[in-house]
Amino acid sequence: MTKDFSIIGKRIAMVDAAGKTSGAGKYTDDLSLPGMLVGKILHSPYPHARMKRIDTTRAEKLDGVVAVATGKDAPNTYGILPVGHDERALAVDKVRYVGDNVACVAALDEATADRALELIDVEYELLPAYFDPEKAMKAETDLIHDNKPHNIEKDYHHVFGDPEKGFAEADHVAEARFIANEVTHAAMEPHSTLAALEIDSQTGKPGRLTVWSSTQVPYYLQHKLSLVLEMPMSQIRVIKPLVGGGFGGKSEVIPLEIIAAIAARKTRAPVKITYTREEVFWAHRGRPRTIIDLKTGVKNDGRITAVKARVVQDGGAYCSYGVVTILYSGALLGALYDIPNIQYDGYRVLTNKPACGAMRGHGTVNVRFAFESQLDELAAKLEVDPAVIRRRNLLQPPCVTINGLRVQSYGLPECIDRVVERSGWKHRKGKLTRGRGLGIACSHYVSGAANSIIRSDMPHSTVNIKIDRDGGVVVYTGAAEIGQGSDTMTAQIAAEVLGCSLSRVKVVAADTDLTPIDIGSYSSRVTFMAGNATLRAAEEVKKQIALAAAKKMNCAVEELVFRDDGVFNSKSINVGAGVPPVQAPGGDERGRSSPHRSQDQASVSGRVEGQILRGSLQQQRNEEGPKDFMTFEEAVVAAIDFHGALAGTGSYAPPPEARGGKFKGAGVGPSPAYSYSAQVAEVTVDEDTGEVIVHKVWAAHDCGRALNPVSVEGQIIGSVWMGMGQALTEEMVWKDGLLMNPGLLEYRSPSSVESPEVEPIIVESIDPEGPFGAKECSEGSLAATIPAIANAIYDAVGIRLREAPFTPERVLAALRAKKNAKLLDLTEGIDPTAPERFREHGGALWFKGKGPERHASDPARRTEQA
Amino acid sequence: MKKELIELQINGRSYELAIEPSKLLLDTLRQDLQLTGSKRGCDDSSCGACTVLEDGIPMLSCTMLAASCEGQEITTIEGVSEHGSLAAIQKAYGDWGGAQCGFCTPGFIMTVKHLLAENPEPTEDEIRNALSGNLCRCTGYSQMYQAIKAAIDAEQKGSAAVSAAR
Ligand code: FES
Ligand code: FES
Repeated sequence: MTKDFSIIGKRIAMVDAAGKTSGAGKYTDDLSLPGMLVGKILHSPYPHARMKRIDTTRAEKLDGVVAVATGKDAPNTYGILPVGHDERALAVDKVRYVGDNVACVAALDEATADRALELIDVEYELLPAYFDPEKAMKAETDLIHDNKPHNIEKDYHHVFGDPEKGFAEADHVAEARFIANEVTHAAMEPHSTLAALEIDSQTGKPGRLTVWSSTQVPYYLQHKLSLVLEMPMSQIRVIKPLVGGGFGGKSEVIPLEIIAAIAARKTRAPVKITYTREEVFWAHRGRPRTIIDLKTGVKNDGRITAVKARVVQDGGAYCSYGVVTILYSGALLGALYDIPNIQYDGYRVLTNKPACGAMRGHGTVNVRFAFESQLDELAAKLEVDPAVIRRRNLLQPPCVTINGLRVQSYGLPECIDRVVERSGWKHRKGKLTRGRGLGIACSHYVSGAANSIIRSDMPHSTVNIKIDRDGGVVVYTGAAEIGQGSDTMTAQIAAEVLGCSLSRVKVVAADTDLTPIDIGSYSSRVTFMAGNATLRAAEEVKKQIALAAAKKMNCAVEELVFRDDGVFNSKSINVGAGVPPVQAPGGDERGRSSPHRSQDQASVSGRVEGQILRGSLQQQRNEEGPKDFMTFEEAVVAAIDFHGALAGTGSYAPPPEARGGKFKGAGVGPSPAYSYSAQVAEVTVDEDTGEVIVHKVWAAHDCGRALNPVSVEGQIIGSVWMGMGQALTEEMVWKDGLLMNPGLLEYRSPSSVESPEVEPIIVESIDPEGPFGAKECSEGSLAATIPAIANAIYDAVGIRLREAPFTPERVLAALRAKKNAKLLDLTEGIDPTAPERFREHGGALWFKGKGPERHASDPARRTEQA
Repeated sequence: MKKELIELQINGRSYELAIEPSKLLLDTLRQDLQLTGSKRGCDDSSCGACTVLEDGIPMLSCTMLAASCEGQEITTIEGVSEHGSLAAIQKAYGDWGGAQCGFCTPGFIMTVKHLLAENPEPTEDEIRNALSGNLCRCTGYSQMYQAIKAAIDAEQKGSAAVSAAR
């Protein structure tokens, strides 16, 4: 393969950028249909209760209400994992968290629907609720799900090597408890679904269902809709419009998606449901609060001898991705460093809070925070440079780790070197002014799971390509663009293989009627898997074109080179040096040319104005006799004339060698390739206020090959930034199962003034199996940021923070503990029943007087009493 | 609630509409006029995705009653493109990675438009402060600063070319 690409590796704007910057692009909530109704969901105000009676008659009678759906309209259970079918779209017998779904009103407008919700009478019998996983695990009665004793969703106990022996051999052992509090995706687009049934023109009965939804997983949505509605999948079409960010929050079927379809079926009209921001927080599926008891043993030289982790995750009321999350937490202890002995005990526990699920860095982030912090602690004890201790524990790839993970490309050493160099680590670490410090940490992530959720031999991605006579390339892919650049990646790969310009390629994506199955955008699988499928589909079409072109050009297929919108005979034309004989000026005005491109590159990515040139060119060429060059269009026409049609298919399934070991739970963790990240964070800590400021993060990420550096850098920065949010400010605060901060301000997603400069550094290890060597770049960097900041805080003021986020309260507490000073109670005198921190409100439920009782000095309560 | 007739000036056109007096400008734009470029990202005026310009000043359209906007000139993201092609700031956001999922982008572009109108050469700190009322969950904001600088450069080159031609 030639190293010299024409489209791969170039800084280009995303192919759908103009739609986003002009406001023309449509997200689900931007869509409407004639006769469309608005759906509103009634949520449970109680964390755990039996529903004794539900009466919707008063609501149904309200003018403007078309129908009210309840649990009995579609009682089948579902869940994203085949082992976790424990959810119902609308509750039938029990509600399990504040926010659980009880009924849905479909009405002519939102105000009417809202009023109708108040008229639904539900009688609840309250049950004892569990909010703390360690208490929930001890429960004998009033279980959240009857078939889950002790409220344990799943526990795994893995031993690799001989951990006891490993600890015995260690010169130093560190042991501590780490806690990472609950965080959520908070994608800017609230979930939205529009569902419509076609009315069969002959029978008048509702027929096919079409669902437009903000989803990362159109295929799984189609599958679950089919299960719950008892309709064949072929009768359901799922279309994914633009999605305003996912981060895992849209990577499973969210209740509103099914509820909208139920309501559409019941009303025989299109129904749209869009969550309020508060409902998004209730739907949640984010990263669970995680308690990690971690023990690490090292030799005097820093070599790790053994690791033992006990992990408890507060999973919320339903399984969701929980079984996978708890497995990732253990499995990805491996594949970053060489650890000879590992013991892992993981518990996924049910509690009466919204379900947790997959979030960027799924399962790995919190354990990585603990591990990298502990490694830093050990380095300090051994007086070894924290960058050096990481280098002493590198894997020697290609290899298979002790827990069965195959590692081929491994850019970690280079990542460490690059951040050490860029941050001035060697001369600045430990030498900054008081209160200022540097910290280092590493992380990694899968490039897609080698085993799909639904175990089968089905390929994980399939892509079809069709080319028309005028040289227009259409790529059909089920991969879901959610802002990460999936469509652009697809177009780039197709264009690179076919040697045509990017503007020729149109991507049709994520419409289950049109596009072949792709299991979706999660676990950072799209570039690797859908990318490989695109590559293969394009290769197949290229073969057909080559066959016809070779005939015309009187040469062997192998002598042909596809490039610059043409097909060359490499024997007679020196491709790369020579300019194609045909070159029409004129730019690609679709916003795809980029300021980074030199003039040369601009002309390279082919600007043959096909429509105008076709006729005259063809004629000219026909007269010319034997050729050593054909334009892309001529070659396409030749191929269509020769084969009758021009289409190709490619698919990707991970190779068996990459699918991991045989033990129970071995299916989660294996990936065809892992990305690597090393980061250095620079912080200051204000010892009076406890405030931590991150000044800069240097983040090196091994993405295999950067197909589009602008996007890769954007993903690295975005991951680091989100990690910083979890490290410093973001936290879901609960009180008796009620979320105290269900809004973006109180949740404290960082704004531009709170965001540090991030210097992304791309490291390319060229993976042997990735498309053009590419691996994932969207998740792996997140996990390292949290411990890098924690370690920088230690460097700055000498305190170890073992609970994230590192809020001023926690920092101050640790600083005072270090000085043996009395703990400050910051919430003193405010509200004795409040969580550690005072919060402004508990959202709409509290506002409506349905939340936990207000504190006596709460002004709102005083007015109530007055 | 009974509907009332109002007249709004939006992107240089005037629209006569029958809406409830309690209807928000954001909902009116999105539902009555199908101008769906302005987004709703929150319930409590915290995200900025709904930002529009009212007589050139950025405002959260989720906090304004449509009826109260009579007589003001409203500009939405749909009114930013010039002569059917992208404005420099729109193009720069695409080229430099300022928009990933794009949901926050219309709001940011309205804010930036106002910033550059007031202060054609802002420092990075000024940019950060100006953008702090808008939230983005994808980009970490960094690439937006690059985009804004590129847009400023492009505008300057553009106006230099215009004055040279004169
Ligand atoms: S919709 Fe969030 S500020 Fe207006
Ligand atoms: S680009 Fe997705 S929220 Fe800003």
